[in-house]
Amino acid sequence: MTQPIMTVRDLTKRYGGLTAVNEVSFDVQPNEILSVIGPNGAGKSTIFKLISSFVKPTRGEVRFQGEVISGLAPHIVARKGVVRTFQETTIFKGMTARDSVIVAHHLRSRASLAGFYVGTASARRDEEAFGRSADEILDFLGLGAVKNELASNLPQGNLRALGIAVGLAADPKVLLLDEPFAGMNIDETNQAVERVRAVRDRGVTCLLVEHDMAAVMKISDRILVINFGVKIAEGTPAEIRANDKVIEAYLGVEDESIGL
Amino acid sequence: MTRMEGAGRGAAVVLFLLIVFVAIPVAIAETGRTDLYYTLSSVALLAIASGGVWLTFFIGRINIGQGAWALVGGYVSAILVTTAGISFWLSLPIAGLVCAALSVLVGLPILRLRGVYFAMVTLVLTEVARLAALALPVTGGAKGITNIPPPGPIGLFGLTIVPGFDTFAERNAAFYFLSVTMMTLCFAALWRLVHSRVGRLFAALRQNEELASSMGVNVPILRILAFAISSFLGGIGGAIFVAIAQSIYPSSFTVNDSVNFMLNCFLGGLGYVFGPMLGTLVLYFGWDLLFQTGEYQLLIYSGVMILLMLVLPNGLLSLRLPSRRAP
Repeated sequence: MTQPIMTVRDLTKRYGGLTAVNEVSFDVQPNEILSVIGPNGAGKSTIFKLISSFVKPTRGEVRFQGEVISGLAPHIVARKGVVRTFQETTIFKGMTARDSVIVAHHLRSRASLAGFYVGTASARRDEEAFGRSADEILDFLGLGAVKNELASNLPQGNLRALGIAVGLAADPKVLLLDEPFAGMNIDETNQAVERVRAVRDRGVTCLLVEHDMAAVMKISDRILVINFGVKIAEGTPAEIRANDKVIEAYLGVEDESIGL
Repeated sequence: MTRMEGAGRGAAVVLFLLIVFVAIPVAIAETGRTDLYYTLSSVALLAIASGGVWLTFFIGRINIGQGAWALVGGYVSAILVTTAGISFWLSLPIAGLVCAALSVLVGLPILRLRGVYFAMVTLVLTEVARLAALALPVTGGAKGITNIPPPGPIGLFGLTIVPGFDTFAERNAAFYFLSVTMMTLCFAALWRLVHSRVGRLFAALRQNEELASSMGVNVPILRILAFAISSFLGGIGGAIFVAIAQSIYPSSFTVNDSVNFMLNCFLGGLGYVFGPMLGTLVLYFGWDLLFQTGEYQLLIYSGVMILLMLVLPNGLLSLRLPSRRAP
């Protein structure tokens, strides 16, 4: 077994008396697609916020490539290569798709802010490189035709892709995708699944939080099931499908409707 | 940017410079309305301070505290010139830098706030500055600092580049040229800032701080940077103002001024770098024109402001420059 790219140990988050996440531990292998699933309010999103360091853990730690990242400022975590994408409402509404992606290249800039201000040679080189890279990423995600549209004018499907494009621009090693299939019909979901696979094939490890069971089963290398803040199962889609605890967690829901 | 746009922009800049540096002085000399020198200097300096407020709007913060920085800048310059005997020209950048440094200290805690909460704290800031000016031993209390000598000459290698302001027959004309030169420089610097990558990052902050930080943007530092530049401009504007008035009191810049700085930005248009310049001009003269309406001045003024915000929510510049939006 290869060295995990990320290890999560005893991750715990309490909000007053409520324990949102309770001693969750798991490993993320390089270049896999790992999905975190669970009923509403199970603590999936909190795990995401803890990993991207938007929220500090009460206890436990997240290590990325051996280094503790939990507790660092979010932009430092992003710089190390753990980048979070948001749901489609979280975009730069007033910018064009291309400008959003260019801004997201910030991490790769060699020139200083002062250099960008006076327009030094290295700043101009950076700008050109960002433009080229942004065009490449937008084409890669099928947004080439709409790249000069204002983000606020884009349809939902394109916005999801834009969210991923913005994430990719930050040159992540691990990309955290927040419900990439939520609210999509089957066709859109299939396209989105292909998109996530393509991202993984670029060498980016993908960590998903998702509700859509059918899509999760189709796309994931491994799945982590969370209920009431506790990890109840971890394994391949086939193992999860056969897991009694998982079926129990979703009790009251017909098997077909959750795709089991 | 197309070549046409570039040429149009160049022409606009040349036209602006011609009006400010040639047409207005000639017109004043012809008509003998030398009082306009003082008025227009005021507009230029208020525009510089408003430009700073505009920058804090640009990162998504409502700043009603610029009066505090104008006051601090004014006092720093006045104290340096009167007690330390430093040249006004040296005190000017120091005043700006002191404001920038203080705003870093103030900004660290308060820039975490957003929306109306940030606005409220900045509003209080102006009042804090006024009370500090009343209480501190170096500011002269309510009597303020008066009889500040006018700016002396600037010389380089024995050559006099700018003669002392006391040698001018029309001192206010000298101040006019100083003020509009500073305004031009400040707004050119602002324009460059907004159209560089820094400006794009600022715009990213305004639109979504969380997303920006998830892309590795150091959001707190950039917020501080914008606030410091804003306060620097406030301090510069205040310092020159004090040099013109040759005096400063705790009430030289009040909450009212802070609110006006903000209104100048609204009126000109938050999407345009040069919005605060136009806004200041219109607001300043608009208020003066309404003086003739006597007791109805404030009523008409407020009514017009409300109407303008309803009809032109993107400011006056949105009338003519639909394609010139800042990023």
